[in-house]
Amino acid sequence: MSLKEEVEVIKRIPLFSKVDPARLKLLAFASDRLTYADGQFFFHSGDQCDGAYVILEGEAEVLAGEAQSLVAKLGPNDLFGEIGMICNKPRSASVRALGAVTALRIPTDVFMPMLTKFPEMAMEVTIELAHRLERTTQQLVERTAENAKQ
Amino acid sequence: MQDTLFGFILRYSRRQQFVILTLTLVSFPFLYFSLDLPKIIINEAIDGKDFPRLFLGQEFDQIPYLLLLSLIFLALVFINGGFKYVIEIYKGKTGERMLRRLRFQLYDRILRFPLPHFRRIPQGELIPMITGEVEAVGGFVGAAISIPAFYGGTLVVIIFFMFMQDYVLGLAAIALYPIQAIWIPILQKKLLNYNRRRVREIRRLANVIGESVRGVTDIHASDAGHFLRARVSDRLGRIYGIRYDIYRRKFLIKFLNAFLGQLTPFFFFSMGGYLVIKGDLTLGALVAVLAAYKDLASPWKELLNYYQQQAAVRVKYEQVVRNFAPAKLMPEPPLKAEMDAYVGPLGDLEVANVTLVDDFDIKILDHVSLAIGQGEHIAITGVETSGKTEFGMVLGGLLTPSTGRVKLGGQDLSQLPRSVVGRRFGYVGNDPFLFAGTLRDNLLLGLKHEPVGPGDGGAEAQALQRQNLAEALMSGNSPFDLRADWVDLAAAGVANHDELAVRTLRVLACVGMDSDLYEMGLRSMGDFEEDSDSIERLLAVRREVRARLLDPELSQLVEPFDPDAFNHSASVGENIMFGAAADGVFDPKKLGENPYMREVLKKAGLLDTGIDISIQVAELMVELFSDIDPGDELFERFSFIDADEIAEVKELVQFIQGKGAAKLKERQKRVLLSLFFQLVPTRHRLGLITDRIMVQLVEARREFTKNLPDEYNRSFEFFDPGKFNRWATVQDNVLFGKVVYGQPRAKERVGEVIKDVIDSMDLRATVMRFGLDYHVGPGGAMLTPAQRQKVMIARQMLKRPDTLILNDCLNLFDGAAQEAVIGQIREECRDQRVVALLSQAGLANRFPRVVLMDKGMIADDSPSLGAVAE
Repeated sequence: MSLKEEVEVIKRIPLFSKVDPARLKLLAFASDRLTYADGQFFFHSGDQCDGAYVILEGEAEVLAGEAQSLVAKLGPNDLFGEIGMICNKPRSASVRALGAVTALRIPTDVFMPMLTKFPEMAMEVTIELAHRLERTTQQLVERTAENAKQ
Repeated sequence: MQDTLFGFILRYSRRQQFVILTLTLVSFPFLYFSLDLPKIIINEAIDGKDFPRLFLGQEFDQIPYLLLLSLIFLALVFINGGFKYVIEIYKGKTGERMLRRLRFQLYDRILRFPLPHFRRIPQGELIPMITGEVEAVGGFVGAAISIPAFYGGTLVVIIFFMFMQDYVLGLAAIALYPIQAIWIPILQKKLLNYNRRRVREIRRLANVIGESVRGVTDIHASDAGHFLRARVSDRLGRIYGIRYDIYRRKFLIKFLNAFLGQLTPFFFFSMGGYLVIKGDLTLGALVAVLAAYKDLASPWKELLNYYQQQAAVRVKYEQVVRNFAPAKLMPEPPLKAEMDAYVGPLGDLEVANVTLVDDFDIKILDHVSLAIGQGEHIAITGVETSGKTEFGMVLGGLLTPSTGRVKLGGQDLSQLPRSVVGRRFGYVGNDPFLFAGTLRDNLLLGLKHEPVGPGDGGAEAQALQRQNLAEALMSGNSPFDLRADWVDLAAAGVANHDELAVRTLRVLACVGMDSDLYEMGLRSMGDFEEDSDSIERLLAVRREVRARLLDPELSQLVEPFDPDAFNHSASVGENIMFGAAADGVFDPKKLGENPYMREVLKKAGLLDTGIDISIQVAELMVELFSDIDPGDELFERFSFIDADEIAEVKELVQFIQGKGAAKLKERQKRVLLSLFFQLVPTRHRLGLITDRIMVQLVEARREFTKNLPDEYNRSFEFFDPGKFNRWATVQDNVLFGKVVYGQPRAKERVGEVIKDVIDSMDLRATVMRFGLDYHVGPGGAMLTPAQRQKVMIARQMLKRPDTLILNDCLNLFDGAAQEAVIGQIREECRDQRVVALLSQAGLANRFPRVVLMDKGMIADDSPSLGAVAE
């Protein structure tokens, strides 16, 4: 997979969908493409944040809580670790490769300077994050209503 | 130091000036004779009668007589030339020695300034004073006495000669001098004022520039660039105004002089001509006077120049010296002989009723009394304004109290030789500053008090050095040989340099610098040519690392160097060279400009391919980076193109898109080609380097090896599995391959393998010793501020001071490290007095005794909570 295809994948990620393709190209260029073997960890909960990941090929599982139980599965084109990166907080969960995985690591020290450098990019990311928050709030409201009915 | 320029000149070069003057005077009769001779030649030999003539008992006919006189004239030319040559050389030497002396004295002053003086005088102003401003003094000193003597004398001789010919002509020649003598000093005085102002303005400019360099981050962070530009512009404007005024006045003086000079011949032609026609003056005499007058112009001009120059130099000298004369200088450093009285433990450190006031008479320390026993460990805490920092400096003998005394074993600290304090006290301040040089240079600074033995180097080098020192003494410079052995091993308590290295490592471990040092050792490119033992052992490490990397888990992390295979994790350029070069020999960003590289590509049939690929890379670079500020970190980290070339490459890309690549000029192709060499296939993932190209690149590598020009022999070495490469770092040598891209945490995991192997082969200390050769950069910029503080503490500990004063110098360590390091320092210095001035009360609990300062007074002095608990 070449740089061009990586840019295509990033473009399909909602957080970046509206960002200028030229910026995404720089983002991809400055990112590392890494391959993980089955069972290899991307990171453990509590680790310092070194960046966000985009899965290009393969699947991974998110493990959380003290028992490290499975809470979600990730597949191609999925982005993870971005919240920790933006908030500069330790990882809240662990992520482990399920089978061989190829992923793009967007390093924190590339992404954050780009946000400050390109305000329009920061704006697009903010809008997308706000949408996400809106959806989460919506879901919360619906759930609360359902619970009340029961 | 003398207040006036002529005072300085007479004090230090009286003898030389006398020699110059004597030589000048001796040269005058010859000069006079050479002026008189033309007249004799014309009147006696050419125009004369009554031959043969008698000369020195010989008879001469007219032609031989003419030849004889001409030969004497020729001889005089040589003699006069010879005098001039000898005098000028001697003057030059005198002047340069005086300049050297003056600069040394000024520098010596800086080292002897009382510390508070530095608050008043900015560094940016001190530097141009010693470097630039006094430069003119050197050119002037040699001429100070001799120019007025020589040219004044010449002038007198010529005028005397004219009077001898005819007093009227003599009067004509000097008729205008009184006028000049009156108005030139008037004009000059104004000029002097302008010169003074110019010097001041230039200094201020230097200071603004210096500040901008130091504060450049804050300027960017505050977006104050425009303001600072305006500030400099304003300064430049003032300097321009002054310089223009100076120029105008200088020109006016010159113009008037030249004008008056041309006026004088009027008198010669009119009056002289009249006298010749009347028969009162021979034509030969008039010609000779005219010739002499022509000669008069040059000494007169020189005298005027001299007058202007001495005025300007005097101003500079006086202005510089005034800045180097603070009220109270520290005494000159004594030598070892004077130190011998101070051996063994010196006793308690006592502060008796010390008060310190600042420039505004505000009390920083207010009647402080404190006694600290020998070998006692004590912490002094307080808020920033409590006066504890100043108190630390007073304890270290760096600030002299306004009233009261600091005593060491009953002796007043200020009465002790400065060197006793400097050698027996280890003071560490909190400004993290190191000297440019290696880590070792910085650490050993505290042991270099004066030479302890001759330096290495043969008898020849030593003889040369003695000669240099003799010359240095002629200018009153340092009598010490910089290349001697300065390291006082005894002060560090070791017997030889090997033991010193061991102790240095221990001290560095003590301040928590060991793992940093190990990393520096790995990154260093030590010159181990003489250390064949270390080289052998590092090669053994290489073999062991290679063996461990065969493990299937690890094998995918490193792509080893293989002379016959393309390395996917190395750049195209690295693949071709397959070796390491000294810094700057093959600039990785400019390989396209290297003719040998292009030749190699051509032979391997890769030149056109290379340019094609480069064009694609250039397009990508322009797309990615053309709207990013070249100073930006993203640009520096990821762009293939240097900041100063991105604009040119952008134009090239537009040119290619418009007119096609075929139209590119040879020079433009070179600029582009540099991009090809920087591609790393697995890192950049552009899919441009095909398998076929990889094969060709290995071909190019063989081509490169075959005919490498001799000029690279001394700065380049190929990678050889069985050899240590002196131009590669220790880490690269040990790894002998490239860490691959695309494996998570590859660098860290490989680093762990290397560390394991080095530890298992007991080579950690060796690697750390290489780290001592690490260059710290200007001001220590290659190290983090905390690392700099560690080095500064280690430097003082290395010399085993009686008293170690840590004045807030751990504030840049992270919390846990602070506690650990304090503990280790106290353990290492258990027999020495340790005074730690701390901002963090928590740390103070690690000391048995804690003094709390508040508003310049001691608020509390008691055993610490920690000590109480024990």
